[in-house]
Amino acid sequence: MSLIEAQGLERRFGGETVLHGVNLSVERGEIVTIVGPNGSGKSTLLRMLAGALTPSSGTVTHAKGLVIGYVPQKLTLETGLPMSVRRFLDVPKRQSDADVIHALKRVSAETLSARQLEGLSGGQMQRVLLARALLQKPDVLMLDEPTQGLDQTGQADFYRMIEELRQELGCAVMMVSHELHVVMSASDRVICLNGHICCQGTPEIVQSAPEYRALFGTGTHGTLALYRHEHDHTHDHVHDENCAHGEDA
Amino acid sequence: MLDDFAARALFAALGVAMAAGLIGPFVVWRRMAYFGDAMAHAAILGVALSFGFAISVFSGVLLSALLVAVLFLTLTHRNQTSDSALGVIAHSALAFGLVAVAMSRQAVNVETYLFGDVLTVARSDLAMIWQVLLVVAAWLIWRWRALVTWIVSDDLALTSGYHPKREELGLILALALVVAVGIKAVGALLITAMLIIPAASARPHVRSPEAMVLLSVVFAGVSAFGGLKAAFMFDTPAGPSIVCVAAVLFICSLLVSVIRR
Repeated sequence: MSLIEAQGLERRFGGETVLHGVNLSVERGEIVTIVGPNGSGKSTLLRMLAGALTPSSGTVTHAKGLVIGYVPQKLTLETGLPMSVRRFLDVPKRQSDADVIHALKRVSAETLSARQLEGLSGGQMQRVLLARALLQKPDVLMLDEPTQGLDQTGQADFYRMIEELRQELGCAVMMVSHELHVVMSASDRVICLNGHICCQGTPEIVQSAPEYRALFGTGTHGTLALYRHEHDHTHDHVHDENCAHGEDA
Repeated sequence: MLDDFAARALFAALGVAMAAGLIGPFVVWRRMAYFGDAMAHAAILGVALSFGFAISVFSGVLLSALLVAVLFLTLTHRNQTSDSALGVIAHSALAFGLVAVAMSRQAVNVETYLFGDVLTVARSDLAMIWQVLLVVAAWLIWRWRALVTWIVSDDLALTSGYHPKREELGLILALALVVAVGIKAVGALLITAMLIIPAASARPHVRSPEAMVLLSVVFAGVSAFGGLKAAFMFDTPAGPSIVCVAAVLFICSLLVSVIRR
């Protein structure tokens, strides 16, 4: 069976419906990327699939004994909480030193072990969060905007690492992103979200889907358009409306 | 040995301080200082309750502390900010408590409950204090993994199969127990100090949550011991003396951490 199955997911926050009518499943070993404009419900969907958020209606079914390696968007750590990287990797369960060294090496963070979490940079923190998730030996790795705050090279490296990890561990990967041009090439499946699933499929299919074009710009073609789009959010709003319009009918 | 009032006072103060020192770090991490304060203020209402219903002061205070928790959850669900909700609860409960105690026409000195009176603890009080200490310690050991995961992040706890709400409930109950026994030793107005100050003193010197809890307990114990000694020596009130020593230790801890840097 599928690792995760979601049916008729809906989520409201204070009377506002953020997400509705979402049906989807995650299969073993696939890389799924969720894209969509700000406020389209990407993180909400991921957190519901991970079990961190209860849907207002609909169901999320996890395969029996499913282990999730969850990498939150960011960790808002209390400054009053002393926590070294090494200790953090023991959350929730204690890990052997050998496993910890291996996981840290895997994400090129082996020098960070003794550091306090407080003092880490955004990129270092991201690696540590990923290492912690890897130590859970997850069936599915869930990442919420993992490349936020990384520069171009950092992003490319990060995605390459995720792809290698999938090869190595055979785990499914589900991530939320707005960096389309990089994600698209690494994903088996892209889900285009805007309050509901606008369209989904392989990167090529999604890229040429009219719903996707409506969301992410039609001025130019191909990846360059997507890339440019990142720096030009002024069109988002208009296109969002177009998309919602076409789908809700 | 426990027939001696001085020995009883020492063990009572140590027990309360160590229990407060154990959960103090969690109060700091979850920013629940004002919550603990509201529970402590409401304790006076609990004292009045205990007169009204002829139950022990411990039970009365425990009830009032839990009432605070319920009121707090209700108010914050009704769009009140948490600090205004706690402000309303803490001071209303204190005011109603003072009025109720006066109306009960019992010959009680309210100061005993506001500032504590560790020199008059009975053997039964002492037994209760140490039972609470053991229960809180056992709970911490039992829930430790879940608690730390929850402190780090709600989402990590949820995706690891823990329930943040359950851990929070556990912490609230532990807090209510500590407040209920702390009234006797350091009093309603100063029990929050024993939750916060030892934990804050420990913070600059530790690199893990475990170390912070242990060092917090040590600081709390030393404060209780030193404070009581000082109270005997200078003939000062015990509760405030204990908190004074805790505060002096905090300043020393801060100085040491500045010098070491």
